[in-house]
Amino acid sequence: MTQLPARTDKKLGLVIDLDTCVGCHACVISCKGWNTENYGAPLSDQDPYGANPSGTFLNRVHSYEVQPNQGEAQLIHFPKSCLHCEDAPCVTVCPTGASYKRTEDGIVLVNESDCIGCGLCAWACPYGAREMDVAEGVMKKCTLCVDRIYNENLPEIDRQPACVRTCPAGARHFGDLGDPDSAVSKLVADRGGVDLMPEQGTKPVNQYLPPRPKDRLAAASAEDIDILAPFLEPVAQEATGFLGWLDRTLEKL
Amino acid sequence: MHPALSVIFFSTFSGLGFGLLVFLGLGYPGVTGWSAFAFFAIAYILAVGGLISSTFHLGHPERALKAFTQWQTSWLSREAWCAVIALLLMATYGAGLVFLETRWTILGIVGALFSLATVFTTSMIYAQMKTVPRWHSPLTPAYFLSLCIAGGALLAGQVTWAVILLLVAGVIQIFTWGIGDKAFAQSGTDIASATRLGNIGKVRAFEPPHTGTNYLKREFVYVIARKHAQKLRIIAGLLMVVLPLLLLLLPFNHYFALLAVVSHVAGVFTSRWLFFAEAEHVVGLYYGARTQAG
Repeated sequence: MTQLPARTDKKLGLVIDLDTCVGCHACVISCKGWNTENYGAPLSDQDPYGANPSGTFLNRVHSYEVQPNQGEAQLIHFPKSCLHCEDAPCVTVCPTGASYKRTEDGIVLVNESDCIGCGLCAWACPYGAREMDVAEGVMKKCTLCVDRIYNENLPEIDRQPACVRTCPAGARHFGDLGDPDSAVSKLVADRGGVDLMPEQGTKPVNQYLPPRPKDRLAAASAEDIDILAPFLEPVAQEATGFLGWLDRTLEKL
Repeated sequence: MHPALSVIFFSTFSGLGFGLLVFLGLGYPGVTGWSAFAFFAIAYILAVGGLISSTFHLGHPERALKAFTQWQTSWLSREAWCAVIALLLMATYGAGLVFLETRWTILGIVGALFSLATVFTTSMIYAQMKTVPRWHSPLTPAYFLSLCIAGGALLAGQVTWAVILLLVAGVIQIFTWGIGDKAFAQSGTDIASATRLGNIGKVRAFEPPHTGTNYLKREFVYVIARKHAQKLRIIAGLLMVVLPLLLLLLPFNHYFALLAVVSHVAGVFTSRWLFFAEAEHVVGLYYGARTQAG
């Protein structure tokens, strides 16, 4: 059913901390691993060991350089997967009803046995969250690991999306963003979490925490007088011995 | 956007076919018997042939019937309904003309309206895409509909209407290109809003997620050389509008009319290729494309 629910009981989603992400791509690999071996069609690769490899991924990590007006450029790693939007444009364009948003938790899913592989949902998504699997001819997307988070066969600590569970830096957080008292909602409020492409009107559930300001050691040392500074002055101002002779000789040439 | 040949074939030929059905439904030309059969055969070959070719880009064409279920939200589903209704109505209307020499006027008019509605729903599939600013405009339905009826008039042999409608289609095409070229920059979506890092400084894509290509880059980050685009626009405009107009204004001759149709079809095909190839999807921003557009 491609009509979006008027409201969902929960808004399950991710909070991604751009300050903490180290760009290791562990979330990409764990996502590919879990979602190839579990729910739905496997995530195929084409020509994986050949000259032109490509494949289906539900989570990819981009890296951006940001150059401030003053100071050094910063490198920011930027993981991106489905944002499980409240006004998901991918759902309403689907002609078959294969795409849907769940009323109980807001997760956007694809019923693969109804998908005709027309690709229109991927066109409608501004984030590139949906990828057509070349081998299966059906649309693949992040399921928020719906087969992990409610899975009572797993130990409780593992009942989170694979990307969150595997992140060694703690840059990914999972929870109910519709509950203002949840840990993720408080984190978003504390850190000023933002929507990606808010002008597209998709109302993404996933939130991104912007990088914190970097240390400014150079600027700080110019302002503060360090009592140890006199002891750190170079001891020898003029070169002596062999190097001194070399310096004077080269000067004469 | 990747210009998929099956989709370009579909929208070019089914647009022409439904355009011819519009004129036949309104009774221009008022043919019956075998000559009506010939006109209807051409219209159905174009419209149905186009529709069949559109299923070639599906991952699972055997499930295509499911596309009739979501007409409440999906323009693709609405298109499927309109096409089937238009083809059934016009088949009944055509059977009356061919076999009974009878014109069911109201049936023809309703069939013509559904033929137009089919092309309108096709155009809305593209016009609804906020992710492709060039398409997200009322000019997109205007472009599809004006070419549909201009081509229909040409195929129906309605010279006066063809001249007027070709001129209208040409003007709309020029506006579609001119305004479309500015649409991405005016959409408000850029790499700063895509990453939300713009308040720190100037954002540049440093490293893509993978060294290889992927579905998103193949489908959405198609880039056409600007100088080729200009040449192709001129070729499209000449073939689609200018040459058919000249041929129509010459004293009538069946070979000239055929040549006008062939030239028009080739022009629409080129224009439709550009419609896809020049369309910039916002997801390209994440891959460092389109940053010079602003």
